[in-house]
Amino acid sequence: MTAETIRAVVKPSAYQDSVTLLLLARQLRSGTGVLEAAALMATPANRELLAQSGLFTPEAAAAGVNDLVIVIRADSAAAADAALAQAEAFFTARQKRLEGAGRALPRTLESARRHLPDANLVVISVPGPFAAREARKALSLGLHVMLFSDNVALEDEVALKQLAVRKGLLLMGPDCGTAILNGVPLGFANAMPRGRVGFVAASGTGLQQVTCLLAARGEGVSQAIGVGGRDMTEKVGGLMTLQALDALGADPATELIIVIGKPPAPAIRERVEARLRALKKPCVMALLGREVKARQDGALTTVATLEDASEAAIAMLHGMAWIPRPFSAPPGEIRGRVQAVRQTLAPEQRAVRALYAGGTLAYEAVLILEPLLGPIATNLTPGSVGRHSVLDLGADEFTVGRAHPMLDATVRVEAIRRSAREPDVAMLLLDVVLGHGAAADPAGDLVPAIEAVRAEARAQGRDLAVLASVIGTAGDAQGLEAQVARLEAAGVWVLPSNAQAARTAACIAGGDPVMRSLLGPGEA
Amino acid sequence: MAGIRDLFRQEVRVINLGLEAFALELERLGVPVIHVAWSPPAGGDPRKAALLAALGDEEEE
Repeated sequence: MTAETIRAVVKPSAYQDSVTLLLLARQLRSGTGVLEAAALMATPANRELLAQSGLFTPEAAAAGVNDLVIVIRADSAAAADAALAQAEAFFTARQKRLEGAGRALPRTLESARRHLPDANLVVISVPGPFAAREARKALSLGLHVMLFSDNVALEDEVALKQLAVRKGLLLMGPDCGTAILNGVPLGFANAMPRGRVGFVAASGTGLQQVTCLLAARGEGVSQAIGVGGRDMTEKVGGLMTLQALDALGADPATELIIVIGKPPAPAIRERVEARLRALKKPCVMALLGREVKARQDGALTTVATLEDASEAAIAMLHGMAWIPRPFSAPPGEIRGRVQAVRQTLAPEQRAVRALYAGGTLAYEAVLILEPLLGPIATNLTPGSVGRHSVLDLGADEFTVGRAHPMLDATVRVEAIRRSAREPDVAMLLLDVVLGHGAAADPAGDLVPAIEAVRAEARAQGRDLAVLASVIGTAGDAQGLEAQVARLEAAGVWVLPSNAQAARTAACIAGGDPVMRSLLGPGEA
Repeated sequence: MAGIRDLFRQEVRVINLGLEAFALELERLGVPVIHVAWSPPAGGDPRKAALLAALGDEEEE
């Protein structure tokens, strides 16, 4: 005799970080007979989430903000109890691991420093409203800071960066997803060889794309400094960009500097360009924006895509002229394959559905698709409408109570299934991000859904194209080659970069006019 | 700035506050790291925490 059961457990004052809890919840959900599972801190926002999912039990209602709540809905009491036992085992094992290694478990920054007195960097990923306070303490102690947290107030950012500049320290962020210092990958970064290219980047996945493309060409990173997306705005004044540029300028290992960001406010751009020229090192500025045109001006080259940043840097390092190319493969090959794909599609299948994990990669796709195909509907620009769409699935609206798509494919798999059913959709355009912090098998997480939706389309007498680029290096634990092979075995067309994948999507959706503009007149 | 140039010449040694996964990843790479068993100050109320911080009352252990 079985009956649907809800069971809840509250662990008072047992703070756990959101990623740990989201991954636990996913694990619990996969248990036999478990219909829904939640593991979260009982903050007001999370209580709301529980209520929406019908999991707001009296126990959860009585819990406070520092209490951890686990709620299971299962098809039997036994299944619910088993899931709760599994959660308990998870925490016991974790505690054992922490204590077993004989490690100290300090509760504050100050006491951590007593255990690691020569620490020089503090990585902060606590919830945004508390992050500035910790960053201020770290800077006051003379420590460099990587501030991964988002939702840090602009005025806090300005004050923190002013303090960092006064003390000659790095304040990377807020919302700094990626950095590489002395070869050590921080946050979401790929396994990169050490090398001669230094970075100042306002974007995590943007930095990942450029570093991976450079690694594929045999180059490595000296230092990669994240500055957060707002550093080059008027309000922040490029404080950390300028500070980082000075440091890279003085660094003997750095032979060329790449700056990645959105076009800065004009006054800031002038200041940054003047500083770049004064460094007497070749520089590439990748500015992702609608009005940006590629140009070369002495030792400073400005480009408008991430791949062009890598290509221009390679050319400059080898003393060669840089000529932008839309594709690595010969135009005839791209044209032939695009035409073959178009023949498998029904005439009404002409829309692009881009489903991204990386925010900057999504933004780059919009910038590439829009001039070729017309207006793009995207959550990156509220209120935008268009036949084609680009979704940044890592945006807040998709990740409330859910893990980021770079960690967990659930949100994206749902989007793939949804989009594939729309009859006008010609292709899905995806990014697959490898590296430290990313899921163990990002391609493998997506392939079953891709195969299922393609089979469904074929059963209806059409096909569905799937395009992707894989952001990774040969050294990444996920294995770049293996990830590409997994996708290709599922019929995915894997392009060497996000820019090329977006252009290919435009060719498939737009047909001859787009191909002519990207590939030249071509034969017939 | 001298501080950053010094950092470029030193081994990176990390204090990690927040996502434990970051500390575990660094540990796997052999990077010296200590994870802080952080919990929200002021009973998890950001406004109260900001007030306490402004008063210099850091209520540490």
